[in-house]
Amino acid sequence: MHSCSGKYLVVDLTDQKTEVRELPERLLKTYLGGAGLGSRLLLEWTKAGADPLSPDNAIVFACGVLSGTMAPASACHAVVTKSPLTDFLTGSVSSGLWSLALKRTGYNAVVVTGAASSPVYLFIDDSMVHFRKADYLTGKSCQQTEAIIRQDSGDSRVQVASIGPAGEALVRFATVKDGHRLPHRGGAGAVMGAKKLKAIAVRGTRAISVPDIGGMQKACADLNARLHQSAATTSQLAPAACLLAANGECSLAARNYQQSISGGAESLAAECTKEGYLLKVIACPTCPVACQHVYRLTDDPNSDEQVVLEKEALAAMGPLCGIYSLPVILRAIELCQSYGLDPVSTGATAAWAMECFERGLLSSKDTQGLDLSFGSADGLVETIRRIGLRSGIGNVLAEGVKRASANIGQGSEHWAMHAKGLEIAGCDPRGTKSLALGLAVGLEAPTLDDSEVDSPSSLKDREDLASAGDSIGICPQARQYFRDFTAEAAQLYALATGIPMSAAELKQAGERIDNLKKAFNIREGWRRSDDWLPPRLFKDPISSGKAAGAVVSEKDLKTAIDNYYRARGWTSDGLVPTEKLTALGMDDIQEVLKGNRHGPPPHTVR
Amino acid sequence: MDRRHIQCDRDKCTGCLICEFACSAVKEGRFDLELSRIRVLQATPTLLDVVTCRFCRNTPCIKACPRNALSMDEATQTIRLEKARCTGCGWCLEACPFGAIAFDEGTKTVVMCDLCPNQAQPRCIEFCPRKALSLHVSNRAES
Repeated sequence: MHSCSGKYLVVDLTDQKTEVRELPERLLKTYLGGAGLGSRLLLEWTKAGADPLSPDNAIVFACGVLSGTMAPASACHAVVTKSPLTDFLTGSVSSGLWSLALKRTGYNAVVVTGAASSPVYLFIDDSMVHFRKADYLTGKSCQQTEAIIRQDSGDSRVQVASIGPAGEALVRFATVKDGHRLPHRGGAGAVMGAKKLKAIAVRGTRAISVPDIGGMQKACADLNARLHQSAATTSQLAPAACLLAANGECSLAARNYQQSISGGAESLAAECTKEGYLLKVIACPTCPVACQHVYRLTDDPNSDEQVVLEKEALAAMGPLCGIYSLPVILRAIELCQSYGLDPVSTGATAAWAMECFERGLLSSKDTQGLDLSFGSADGLVETIRRIGLRSGIGNVLAEGVKRASANIGQGSEHWAMHAKGLEIAGCDPRGTKSLALGLAVGLEAPTLDDSEVDSPSSLKDREDLASAGDSIGICPQARQYFRDFTAEAAQLYALATGIPMSAAELKQAGERIDNLKKAFNIREGWRRSDDWLPPRLFKDPISSGKAAGAVVSEKDLKTAIDNYYRARGWTSDGLVPTEKLTALGMDDIQEVLKGNRHGPPPHTVR
Repeated sequence: MDRRHIQCDRDKCTGCLICEFACSAVKEGRFDLELSRIRVLQATPTLLDVVTCRFCRNTPCIKACPRNALSMDEATQTIRLEKARCTGCGWCLEACPFGAIAFDEGTKTVVMCDLCPNQAQPRCIEFCPRKALSLHVSNRAES
């Protein structure tokens, strides 16, 4: 198959062995690549009921189908694993030079299983795989790890995906730094840390061929021009503009959802656009949009400390923690990047701790004298440091708000803002009712610029489309700039692989992938009661602003969930019937789901 | 003809590599960044520039070639490579002060920018979404 080598790499860290396996073309057609292929491989390679931080859990890095070609914003890969936060599947997409390098090694995916006895890093040099000792990298930040490995290899083409001290300390929301932005949510970094896998360094030099290079060039040139044009107006001002736009449309959660501000973010947005902070806007490979806003850490022009600011991180570290000072937020995000923490979960956890502190559940003794009130800059920065190292109060918080609130008790569960264990931030579903359903049934928290959905079936459509995009590998940030994403993405798929694909087929593939993720979760013990929201959203009304008095109605949400399951063709308990899997052409996973088989059929190639 | 080479406006460049993809697609018929005649350098996340053949006046690559495979095409003011003569010894790569010459592992020859002679303008310039690339024209008086 063009643009896909049809092979994937299985790495067993316990025995330090690798194996190259074939990906049947049928599998690639059914689950595309990226998040879809990653979820499919995870289902096979993770034992049912495995502890996410045990050697039985696998972590899959899967390239998008279009990755390696010049399709717009296509240098994407997905990291899929069983999340230590939710105990369900987590799959998130990242993009950058690492994705491109992985695709160009000739492996469509890398499955890492087992656990090493002492720290190692993997070096995938085209088809060769080396296990290297990583003792000397222990405790190093993500940026340091990347620089050291690249220097040791002596080749600037080597790209590194690494975890920081937080991943090593098994912080449940630790992330893998493998691109410029889009940190993986759900704790992939802790899974790598539990495997004692410090990093995966990749050097890929192979060519990617497509059947119709002329057609591909023309399609891409047209799309690039259009995407660049439609993004030019909005992307220059992001993330401040996105925050403001989100703030205009919805209420932004503030002070751990104690408040919901509408229109209070102007001062912060004004600071973001102030001269002196924004250094440059850069792009991932093949992306005409360019959305990475690199900020100087301080307003000192001689400082060379830089940080990429994202709107989700801005919302979580800023209003959610009661902080409206850009330098503090930038410092906090920079710390997250060094320690390898997901800034959204970190901000939400810090906000939860701040509320506990203000309510007296955490005393100054618990925090070792740290002032953890809302808006305390030192409190936030120091908390992040302690979470990253799991020291003092950080050890409790590193478990995420779900586990931390269970540990502290005393009613703190009421303001533990999470869905299935994954912390939420950003738009407040009390003010923007249409967000509640997606947040309750989904696995990933909605991003700030998610378009509103007015019915359960339109949520299904949006989820299917997102899964299809995550799998063929077009960056989530760029999708909004396509004119007709499904049709254009299907055309790019056909040009890159030579396999005809209609918009409807692509959408169905997305639906298939959503059902696959659901089937995985059901195997891991998902029940209908898991699709629900934290109690605060039902009980505590928004105190002020245009949405004052609003709460999420339990009755409405229950009806919406019923309708959503119906639209999906699931049972009223939210389970996926066998007929549904058959109708979607997913017979291949039935055996795996029954637990009869572990690992794919043995058609190994060398 | 005046000497020309591709130049990059560093403030406009975002490091998207679309020029590299376009170059390898046009020249090699596949996406092979190792064989792109234009190369994006990213020293730090915010410090970007591109490297292509500058068609130097003193032509160190031509002087370095032991088999006379390289010559200056006076009509177009570009470097001409006679593939049959090139053995892939790499002396020109070493001699190039800009690192603008790439090595083709498949054919064991070198490749370099030729400004896309049969096109209206070099394709990388055409593809750059930010219009960061342009053709620099220097008259003969300049070095």
